[in-house]
Amino acid sequence: MPGNSPAKVAVSTTINGQSHDFLCQPRQSLLEVLRDTLQLTGAKEGCNNGNCGACTVLMDGEPVNSCLVLAVEVEGKQLTTVEGLANKGVLHPLQQCFLEGAALQCGICTPGFLVAAKALLDKKPNPTEEEIRFSLAGNLCRCTGYDKIVRAVQAAAEQLQAEEAPLPSSAAHQQAQQQQ
Amino acid sequence: MQGSPISYSDKKYQVLGTRPIRHDGTDKVTGRAIYTNDVHFPDMVHGKILRSPVAHARIKSIDTSAAEALDGVVAVVTVKDWPDLKDKMADLGEGAVNLAELGANCMAHDKVLYKGHAVAAVAARNVHIAEEALALIRVEYEELPSVLWVQDAMHENAPILHPNLRTDHMGKPGDHPTNIAKHLHFETGDVDAAFKSADVVVEREFKTATVHQGYIEPHNSVALWNEDGKLKIWTATQGSFTCRHQVAELLQIPISNVTVTPCEIGGGFGGKIAVYLEPVAALLSRKSGRPVKMVMQRDEVFEATGPTPGSYMKVKLGATREGKLLAGDATLAYDAGAYPDGVIGPGCMCVFSCVELPNARVHGYDVCLNKPKTQAYRAPGATQAAFAFESVMNELAESLGICPLEFRLKNAAKEGTRRVDGPVYPRVGLIECLEAAKNSPHWNTPLEGPNQGRGIAAGFWFNIGLKSSVTATVNHDGTVNLLEGSTDIGGTRTSIAMQLAETLGISAEAVHPKVVDTDSVGYTDVTGGSRTTFATGLAAYEVGLDLRKQLCQRAAILWECDPSEVTFKEGTFVHQDKSLTFQQLAAQLPETGEPVVGRASISKDVSTNGFGVHLCDVEVDPETGKVRVLRYTAIQDAGKAIHPSYVEGQLQGGAVQGIGWALNEEYYYRDNATMANASFLDYRIPTCYDLPMIDTIIVEVPNPDHPYGVRGVGETPIVAPPAAVAAAIYEATGVRMFELPMSPPKLWKAISEKNA
Repeated sequence: MPGNSPAKVAVSTTINGQSHDFLCQPRQSLLEVLRDTLQLTGAKEGCNNGNCGACTVLMDGEPVNSCLVLAVEVEGKQLTTVEGLANKGVLHPLQQCFLEGAALQCGICTPGFLVAAKALLDKKPNPTEEEIRFSLAGNLCRCTGYDKIVRAVQAAAEQLQAEEAPLPSSAAHQQAQQQQ
Repeated sequence: MQGSPISYSDKKYQVLGTRPIRHDGTDKVTGRAIYTNDVHFPDMVHGKILRSPVAHARIKSIDTSAAEALDGVVAVVTVKDWPDLKDKMADLGEGAVNLAELGANCMAHDKVLYKGHAVAAVAARNVHIAEEALALIRVEYEELPSVLWVQDAMHENAPILHPNLRTDHMGKPGDHPTNIAKHLHFETGDVDAAFKSADVVVEREFKTATVHQGYIEPHNSVALWNEDGKLKIWTATQGSFTCRHQVAELLQIPISNVTVTPCEIGGGFGGKIAVYLEPVAALLSRKSGRPVKMVMQRDEVFEATGPTPGSYMKVKLGATREGKLLAGDATLAYDAGAYPDGVIGPGCMCVFSCVELPNARVHGYDVCLNKPKTQAYRAPGATQAAFAFESVMNELAESLGICPLEFRLKNAAKEGTRRVDGPVYPRVGLIECLEAAKNSPHWNTPLEGPNQGRGIAAGFWFNIGLKSSVTATVNHDGTVNLLEGSTDIGGTRTSIAMQLAETLGISAEAVHPKVVDTDSVGYTDVTGGSRTTFATGLAAYEVGLDLRKQLCQRAAILWECDPSEVTFKEGTFVHQDKSLTFQQLAAQLPETGEPVVGRASISKDVSTNGFGVHLCDVEVDPETGKVRVLRYTAIQDAGKAIHPSYVEGQLQGGAVQGIGWALNEEYYYRDNATMANASFLDYRIPTCYDLPMIDTIIVEVPNPDHPYGVRGVGETPIVAPPAAVAAAIYEATGVRMFELPMSPPKLWKAISEKNA
């Protein structure tokens, strides 16, 4: 019924490694709560219906359109937003490669691309161009023609691979055993 | 593939041509950059607009009482709250605008002219309550017949949108009601005689669908009308001063009462020059006494903001057996949308712009119909015209048995060529672009496989000059703060700062550019017309000269000599055996007097010229009509590429918008004149999975109208793609397509008819 706003619900969640408690109405999207309630405005509103990917965040490591997730659904979840990519004053290699590769023009889609690309590289450190294009197909960019975005993700993948100094084979074997 | 530019200049630069990280980059990769939707005030309320569900109707009544009574609603406005604007015109830099029509487009008066036309607006505690309130507003419509296609709207029995409209025939008014707002006519030479003497003549008709700019950030604005009468606006606009002017005129308040802060802008492409939300948010703020934020939803962006015209075109070209063009005749009819003044003018100016054509005639028609008012979209009007013209060029080349690239080289516009609308080109770079195409790896690699084809097309767009202002302050650490009024949509802070850095002999990083509000810098025209790097860059060069002069005077004080005896060379101030770098001199400035502040403003009437040539390889699935772009190369004369990465980015982005226009973008209308695909999912701009890498070749033929030879590059890249894609499809299938988009159903049908 118009005017009768539904009662608010308390939600506890983890965002970029920090615990957050907030109150929200059941009808509010995660995007709305991130931006308006928690002032985390890095996730952008481009379409509000899951088509453009500008609001992409990670929920338990999976990329989701935060405009399509109800805020009440993130109870107990681990969220990562673009604000969580840089680590104590050091940009994530993806962020650095986007800058060096001029992979943004207006920048409105950039947070979504960065988060979606992180999800890809977390799972697949050495993706092919085809895999990058497939994984980022849910993120729209109208400025760049995607060329420099794909190249920046390739460059970041190479950089991340190089950073993970190859372990001597015995050490790698030991580590594998420990994980088992 | 991105290599070094092919340069036709022997000038050497320190900063220009390098690829520094953009100044605003870190803010944009960390999510810290402030776009309009990120502006927040503690007592802010949210506005929403009620829009017409029908395409054409008289508004009989509006009852807002139930909405006003809803708890949480703080203001409701309708057209009753607007000043009466008569037929007042305002010059907004890129041309005159009829204020009554601009106002009526923001909030319908007695009639709604398209589905999505704004009818009323509500501000409420939150967006959900505002939406609930919209549902409580009762509007009674008397529906009228509507018209959606430009040729139908030109018909004498068509439903009339504006009963008082008369056709403007090159300044002379017509005598009967019509939807044809304007008839343009350009002619040079003896066209009919030239066609008679031509050995080969090709004439074709073309149609293009309405398409949208498709910026990812929807229109959004925040307005705060203070109790002292001062109105503050934060908004996504390509021109803060143009926005200020429109809002002040629409609300009939002094421009000095309005401050517009241009926030970071999430794409514009010409569609964020006219105001939509700003005056509505202002009125809601005045009525409620609260700051008001308004954010469009995506269907509102498609249905109520500027798409670019659908068009009908007929182009005829005649040439000698040897392949010399003799005559051209073009008729272009572009829809203007609901109100007059679409983009037919530049369409007419561009249609024959890539060739030397001694005998040419163009008729252009600006036509109103029941779609949203069209707006500029990247080289407005040129892409449609180039699709028609370049397609006829390709067919003519085939008829003559000449390679389409050689045919273009033989007839290319060059220095001294007169365009059909009058202007004579100074030094331009089309021939150099064609040579670059001819020598490119792409052109020299054969296609492999069945159902593949390669196409070529050229494109042209202007660089407008207009007005720009900048101020610059020298810091004691040897850096310079640069204040400018040009909204930065794609890296222009950096391309402008680099021109100042070059002028002062300092690094790009030593200049700190900032885009400021309309109270904080001199008047600056829109970021549009490919003018920003060119014209505001020119202002940055001029302010560099101003600072250099002042610093020579300061060095003279230190060295106790006459300022005329101090010279500036390669970043160093010199007098006899004494010298100081910019940084060294900056450190000593406090000893020499007052702070050093420079200023520059420019007003350029010139329109300079940007040419490009595109190559496209496709593979067509004959079973479905689906086209896959296999390889693409965009070649363009940038004059001097200030920051090559961002020039490449413009070429790539423009090419991909053109590919989308060519292959699948269109406003798809239902029988009841409403748009069926008003979402990104259904309208479907290209995704990265649809595309290959986009290769670029930058050609540098210096622009004689700029000290560093700069040409704006933003718009030309969208012009050639549809014709280049069409030519590739023809080579792959033997089918010539005369209609955009060349979507699978249309292409499949054409292939089936050919095979039948």
